[in-house]
Amino acid sequence: MAAAEFEVPTLTDYTDVPKIQEGATAHVKSFIAPQGPQEYLGYPWELAENWKERAIDKMGDLLGKYRSLRVFMDACVHCGACTDKCHYFLGTADPNNMPVARQELMRKVYRRYFTLPGKIAPWLVGAEDLTEDVLNQWYSYYHQCSECRRCSVFCPYGIDTAEITMAGREILNHVGMGQKYSNEILVKVQKIGNNLGLPGPALEDTLAGLEEDIEADTGVPVKMPLDVEGAEILLVTPSADFFSEPHVESLIGYAKVFHAAGVSWTLSSKASEAGNFGLFNGNYETMQKVAMRIRDAALELGVKRIIVGECGHAWRVAYSFWNTLTGIGYGGGDPFSKKLQEQLDHRYPQPMHICEYTWDLIEKGALKFDKSLNDDRVITFHDSCNVSRGSRMGTEPGGQFTIPRNIIKAVANNFHDMPAETIGESTFCCGGGGGLLTDDLIEIRVKGALPRMNAYNSVAQRQGVNFLALICAICKAQFTKVLPYYGFDRNQVGGVHQLVSTAIKLD
Amino acid sequence: MTSLTVLYTAIYYFAAIVFIAGVAYRIYEYSRTPAPLVIPTTPAPTSNSGVALRMAREVVLFESLFKSNKWIWVFGWLFHVGLALVLLRHFRYFQEPVWFWVEFIQPFGKYASFAMVAGLAGLWARRFLVDRVRYISTPSDHLMLALLIGIGMSGMMITFVAHTDIVALKAFTLGLMTFDWHPVPADPILLIHLALVALLMIIFPVSKLLHAPGIFFSPTRNQKDNPRETRHIAPWASAMERDKA
Repeated sequence: MAAAEFEVPTLTDYTDVPKIQEGATAHVKSFIAPQGPQEYLGYPWELAENWKERAIDKMGDLLGKYRSLRVFMDACVHCGACTDKCHYFLGTADPNNMPVARQELMRKVYRRYFTLPGKIAPWLVGAEDLTEDVLNQWYSYYHQCSECRRCSVFCPYGIDTAEITMAGREILNHVGMGQKYSNEILVKVQKIGNNLGLPGPALEDTLAGLEEDIEADTGVPVKMPLDVEGAEILLVTPSADFFSEPHVESLIGYAKVFHAAGVSWTLSSKASEAGNFGLFNGNYETMQKVAMRIRDAALELGVKRIIVGECGHAWRVAYSFWNTLTGIGYGGGDPFSKKLQEQLDHRYPQPMHICEYTWDLIEKGALKFDKSLNDDRVITFHDSCNVSRGSRMGTEPGGQFTIPRNIIKAVANNFHDMPAETIGESTFCCGGGGGLLTDDLIEIRVKGALPRMNAYNSVAQRQGVNFLALICAICKAQFTKVLPYYGFDRNQVGGVHQLVSTAIKLD
Repeated sequence: MTSLTVLYTAIYYFAAIVFIAGVAYRIYEYSRTPAPLVIPTTPAPTSNSGVALRMAREVVLFESLFKSNKWIWVFGWLFHVGLALVLLRHFRYFQEPVWFWVEFIQPFGKYASFAMVAGLAGLWARRFLVDRVRYISTPSDHLMLALLIGIGMSGMMITFVAHTDIVALKAFTLGLMTFDWHPVPADPILLIHLALVALLMIIFPVSKLLHAPGIFFSPTRNQKDNPRETRHIAPWASAMERDKA
C-alpha cells in the first residue's frame, strides 16, 4: 500500500465528537466529468455564460417537483441535533460536513433567490448570492456526503440531507459540473448493461469458470444460468459480484442456495447490474432509464419472481422505487404496470431480497448447514445505510436488521453485534457510498470510515471479532480498500452469503 | 380613539392577515408539491394509523430529537410545552364566557412561562457554548430567541410583577374580534408585549418558524413504508410516462 498523503485518524474504540476545524477538507474534490459522459447524459460539460440562471432555474424546478426539498429548505431551525451525526464530520472535523452546514450551502442560495427575507436582508438570515466560489463549495461538499440518511434519523423534522445532496448534484450536472466517477458509470450501465462495463460474452465466460470452480471445490454441479427464458427467478445482482473479491463469494452463495432449493433461476446479460447510480444524482429520469433494464429483462425472460443480490443502494432503489419507476411490485392500476404485475407470482413480495429468500428457506427447514465450517470466524454485521434507513425486509418494520443477523446465526456459531449506537437505524456508513467509491476521494473515504472502524475495533478488541459481514457491494469494495489503513486485514470483510456458502450442505 | 389604539388595532389586523394568509399559502404550497418517491426514514410504519402515531410522537414528544441530543431535547421540549400552555391560557382573552378547560389550565399556563423562558435560555446558551452550534447560528437565529424571550419576559412582567389592566386588555382583544374597537391600555410593558407578538406573527410565514407546519409535510416522517404493495406515482411522473407511451 502506498503511503497515504493525508493523516489517517487514530483508531480507538469509541468515536469522540471533534472540535470543528474550518476548511479541513475543503481541498477534497473528485474529478469532474468530461464531455463524453456529460453529453451522453444530456448535460453540458463546462460552465456556460448563463450558468447561474440555469442553476437557479433548476433549483426552482426541483423545488416544484420534490416536496422533500421544498419542506427541508424551510423547516430547519439550526437546533444542532444533526451536527455530530455525520461520519464525514466525525472523521474530518470540517464543519461543512455537519449535515445542517451541508444543507446550508444550498439553503443560503435558496434564501437569496426564493425567500423574501433573503431578498431584502441577506445578511440577517445567512442568504448568499450564487457565485462560482459557492458552486465549487457545492461540488466539494456534495461529494463528501454518501447520502446515508443517518442525519434524517436524528432530525426532529426528518430533514434528509441526502435529498439536498441529490438536488445539489443535479443542479451541478445542469451547469456542467458532473462527477466523473458516477456519470461514467451511468453511461456504462446504459450502453453495456452494467457498472463495470462487462459485456455479455465476458459474463458468460466468468460464470462458466465459476461453475467449474464450485464443482471442483464441492463436487456438486451448481449452475450459474444466464439468459434462460422461462426461468422462475431472475436474479439481479451488482456486477461487482461477477468479478471482485470478496463479492464473488456471495454470488457463489446465492447459486448454492438456489441449487439447494431446486429452483429454476437465471441471471440476465441485459440486467447484469442491480446498482443504480441514478439515485446518487437524484435524477428521476436517469434512475428510471437504468431501472427499466430490469423490467425489460423480466418481461423478455418471462420470469415469475425477481430477486436482488447483496447491494445496499440497489436494494433501496429496488424496494422503494422500482414499483414507482418500472411497475415491479404490486398495486398498479395502469396498463404499464399491469403488464408486468400479471406475469409475477403473487404469492411472493416483488422484488425480494436474497436475504429474505434465504431466510424463508431456512425457516422452512429447506437448507442444511454445517455451522462449524464457519468456526474460524468471529462475526459481526455491518448494517448498510441504504438497507437500514431506506428499505425493509420481511413483513415487519426492522426486518432489514433481524433477517441478515438471523441468517448469520443460522450458518455460524460466533456472532457479536457492534455497539448499539453504531448499528441498526443508527448505523455508520462505510464511508464510500453515494458515488464516493473512487480513488480521487480516498482521503474522505478513509476518514469517513473512522466511526465504523472504531466500532469494529471495539468488538475486535473485546470479543475477538475477525469478520465484518455485510450485504452491500459498495461497502465490500470500500472496506477491502480501507481496512488496511486502520491496520486490519482486507480479508476480514465479506458477504452474508459468503458465510452461507461456507456452511451450506449440498447434495 | 387615541392614535395608540388606532396603531395597535391596525398592527393586529395586519399581523393576523399576514399570519393566516401566509401560513395558509405555505401549507397550500407544501401540499401541492408532489413527493415523487417513497422516502420514509426506515424502519417506518406500514399503516396510516402507524404514521399518525409516529407523527404524534414527533410532535408531542420530539422523539427523534430525544434520540439525538438530550440537552437540546430538554430545552426544546420545555420551551415548546411551556409555550403551548401559555398560548392555551391566552384563549381567555378571546372568549366570553371563558371555557371550562381554559379556566382549568390558567394556573398551569401562568407558571409554564417560566419553563418556556428557561428552555429558550438553554437553547440560546448552546448557540454560544457549543462550537458546532455557534458555527451554524445566523443573526436571525439569535434575534428569534431574543424575540421569544422578550415576549416571555414582558408577559411575565405584566402577569407577576406589574399587573396590567387585564379587563381593559380583554375589551381591546374582544373588540378586535367583533370589530367593536376599544382602547388599548397604555401600559408600556403590555405595549411591548403586544408589539413583539405581532412581529412574531408577521415573520412566521417567511422564517424558520415554518418548521411547525413543515413537519407534517416531511416525507421522511409522514409516508408509509409500503412501496412493494402500492404503486406510488407523482402526477408529473405519470404525465412523463404517458408522453413516452
